[in-house]
Amino acid sequence: MRLDIDDVTVEAAGTRLVEHIRLTVDDGAFVGLVGPNGSGKSTLLRSLYRALRPAGGTVRLDGEDLHAMEPRAAARVLAALPQESSAEFDFTVAEVVAMGRLPHRDRTAASDREICARAMERTGVHHLAGRGFLGLSGGEKQRVLLARALAQQPRVLVLDEPTNHLDIAHQLDVLSLVRAGGLTVLAALHDLNLAAAHCDVLYVIAGGRIVASGPPHDVLRPPLLAEVFGVRAHPVRHPGTGAVQLLFDLLPPTT
Amino acid sequence: MLPLSLALGLLLLLSLACGVGLGATGIGRADVLRFLWAGLTGATVHERDVAAYTIVWEIRLPRVLLGAVVGAGLAAVGVAVQAMVRNALADPFVLGVSSGAAVGANAVILLGAFAGLGVWALSASAFASALAAMALVYAVARSPRGLTPLRLILTGTALAYGFEAVTTVMVFGAARGEAARSAMMWLLGSLGGATWAQVPLAAVTVAAGWAWLRRRAEALNALAMGDETSAALGVRPASLRRELFLVTAAVTGTVVAVSGAIGFVGLMVPHVVRMLVGADHRRVLTVAPLAGALLLVWADVVSRLLFAPAELPVGVITAVVGVPAFLLLMRRGGYAFGGR
Repeated sequence: MRLDIDDVTVEAAGTRLVEHIRLTVDDGAFVGLVGPNGSGKSTLLRSLYRALRPAGGTVRLDGEDLHAMEPRAAARVLAALPQESSAEFDFTVAEVVAMGRLPHRDRTAASDREICARAMERTGVHHLAGRGFLGLSGGEKQRVLLARALAQQPRVLVLDEPTNHLDIAHQLDVLSLVRAGGLTVLAALHDLNLAAAHCDVLYVIAGGRIVASGPPHDVLRPPLLAEVFGVRAHPVRHPGTGAVQLLFDLLPPTT
Repeated sequence: MLPLSLALGLLLLLSLACGVGLGATGIGRADVLRFLWAGLTGATVHERDVAAYTIVWEIRLPRVLLGAVVGAGLAAVGVAVQAMVRNALADPFVLGVSSGAAVGANAVILLGAFAGLGVWALSASAFASALAAMALVYAVARSPRGLTPLRLILTGTALAYGFEAVTTVMVFGAARGEAARSAMMWLLGSLGGATWAQVPLAAVTVAAGWAWLRRRAEALNALAMGDETSAALGVRPASLRRELFLVTAAVTGTVVAVSGAIGFVGLMVPHVVRMLVGADHRRVLTVAPLAGALLLVWADVVSRLLFAPAELPVGVITAVVGVPAFLLLMRRGGYAFGGR
């Protein structure tokens, strides 16, 4: 399913948080959104999973206006991994994952259980099913929430910092798992090397506007990184795979 | 799950029967059953039995039934409010309802307001002022982002202090000692004033509220995980919270109007039930009202018997029985409050 963000502007309390965003994720593509803290990544993603309503512009799924859809209908095609994961009550892992079935109609307890079991197996949390969600490590929580998003059986997945709290093996694991699912994915990522390695296309956002987009290695050029992130980047080749990796240090102070 | 609810349901029926059978006046089991049958079928009772019949049918039965209804309502609303404001410390009264209702009730008890409404004056005035208090909390807590949990709690708590001050001034200024005593009794909650006239309306309101909450149980699960999560799952947090506010206001207002502010049930029963069946609201909202009804029926029996013929406020009993039971369950471990 194709995701089109067309001229979207989001405001909160009178302030424009992101403006005139144009972004396209082709069917089955994995698109990364990178940008410094406070650049508007999360705001843009929130407007996709309907926690915020854009003040202007439209978001379309295969041409259909997302914000005109009935909320549950939208949740059946687009699932999200939001950054917040606070719970006041100690749901079990199985219960948290089962929440992913909420938007669906015509379901039975048996089919729900099977779909949830498969989702938990895919993210490797099946053995935690009976555990309390609050007692899990950050990485386990993240994989449980990903299982919930998969249990939603969406066609588009929106991920806000999906590798937060994950150790390096689980970071690679989660991203390749999402990749292998064949879903249309838009993910906000902090780690530029990780983003470069996993994304088909990268969008760079700064100050609430898209400032660059394209294949990762065309986008992540030292001049742009200096301007947007304020760092000096050194591309080096991975001695084993030959892939280009970026090394960073702070820009020398300008005089 | 089904066996547990069935068992609780049966236990509740049994407890209702015990509640009617037990009281300050000793009435034999056979007589109690005979009077109940007579009341149900409209059969006549012998002249010498009229006093005992009146106690069973006109005093105890409505009181026990109302206790069950109030207990169920408080427990169900407690669950809903805790999910709505996403706070384990919330109870049905955190939104200022009970202290609001107390203003209305005490205006009747102490100042003789709404005397024209006769026996309905107390309930009507309490209900009206409970709803007025909720409307005020709603109006103040509203923000462009809808009702946020923290604003709701803070507004409710702050306004509750205001309402309590008004009540205190009224009690303070009341010359009549007996009226102040009954105002006190009302603040602590009591089923002593139960009449048949109150049962149907309270029962229908609580049943309707319970049914609605039970239907929204899955949405409550999502809401308990956070506003963003519920939005991503297709549940609009702002409108769900608005609906919850209305339903809990109606149920709490009704319950408080007939029984005063009975504490503890709405705070602890939800937690005890979560310890037993887990946090999934589909199960919690099935079991908690039954458990709340059970607790209150028995607490009321004890409050009537302990110092018979004098009555303790039922809230004292719910606390005395409930607090140790709750602490024991909590210490047994495995139950996390918001990860703490």
